[in-house]
Amino acid sequence: MLAYRIDRRSGVATYLQIVQQTKQALRMGLLEPGDRLPTAREVVEATAINPNTVLKAYRELEREGLVEARRGLGTFVRATLGTGPADSPLRGELADWARRARTEGLERDDVAALFTSVLNEFFENEHHDTEHHKGDA
Amino acid sequence: MTPDTALRAEGLGTRYGGRSRPWALRDCTFALPAGRVCALVGPNGAGKSTLLALAAGLLRPTAGTIEAPERERLAYVAQDKPLYPRLTVADTLRMGRELNPGRWDEATAERVIADELDPGSLVRELSGGQRTRLVLALALGKRPELLLLDEPMADLDPLARHQLMGLLMADAAEHGTTVVMSSHILTELEGACDHLLLLQNGRIRLDGSVDDLLSGHALLTGPAGGAGLTAHTVVDSRTTGRQLTALIRREGPVEGPWEITDPTLEDLLLAHLRTPEGARS
Repeated sequence: MLAYRIDRRSGVATYLQIVQQTKQALRMGLLEPGDRLPTAREVVEATAINPNTVLKAYRELEREGLVEARRGLGTFVRATLGTGPADSPLRGELADWARRARTEGLERDDVAALFTSVLNEFFENEHHDTEHHKGDA
Repeated sequence: MTPDTALRAEGLGTRYGGRSRPWALRDCTFALPAGRVCALVGPNGAGKSTLLALAAGLLRPTAGTIEAPERERLAYVAQDKPLYPRLTVADTLRMGRELNPGRWDEATAERVIADELDPGSLVRELSGGQRTRLVLALALGKRPELLLLDEPMADLDPLARHQLMGLLMADAAEHGTTVVMSSHILTELEGACDHLLLLQNGRIRLDGSVDDLLSGHALLTGPAGGAGLTAHTVVDSRTTGRQLTALIRREGPVEGPWEITDPTLEDLLLAHLRTPEGARS
């Protein structure tokens, strides 16, 4: 079962932290179709946040087609995200690449900068700019 | 009172003693929707405890009205968490069962106690956190529609605070209990509350859902004397050198040379408390 970790100092809205952590778990293959998300009660008992915040996050995930609420049963995963499990070939290749970068003397920050620049080249910067904003009128 | 309102006040006012005494609470009008978890915040002496005692039916208003569920359907926990020091934990819970015939929910009360309290312990031997746990077990075991808590988290260590807030939220999630919690420390309640009542000098300064309050305000930074501010209600503004920082209530789109950021609940609260009553509109 997924355990959410809420960082009150992060500046990211609490419901978005739940959305992002759920997506991360989907990407890593920690959650698979058919799995049940923790109930609102379970989440708030562990995190001491407001129940409506959890429901808002689950509604957002449902709107994106990632989960579905089944009345009286709970909220279940419908789809996966990204390339799937943590041991996929792509991850293996990336690990090889990281190993090579380290042997060539790159520091952690150098690697992160390099990775981000390639990321920005191939993917639109969809998440980071839009998600954090709560809609400036 | 409509079923979707848990607590409603109209022109509510109280003063302790005769006409020469100052108002402890004055001209309070608000409606708290059922199912909300409301933070009742304000400086010491703002009238928070008075408002809770009025809601609990322990005080009569000097002016106006307050509508709350009847005594059996609400639970009120006073600041000093009254318990009988010579009773055991088990005796205290039996008292809760006997005082609330037909309503008492043993399973809920026991879940609050969990494995944290020994049924044979005397109340006077309990720590602050344990006493709070027992008081909450009594309050939640009653299955109230409205739960009124006066400074419930004062004198608790961070772990106990987190655990007990988690229990409260779990109860709200399961039963839709409306909760009103007072504190003069907002960070204690932030994250747990979705509704806010801010009191200052016996009057309501802010009232509404947290989401609405936050999206209705904005923090602006820009050059002192920058245009476009007058279109909005400036709650608080400060100038440092050539830079102006202002917290505004939005009256439409923000135009002008302003960098806009979303305020936190604390920004909102401090801005309102810094500005004297009457200067805001």
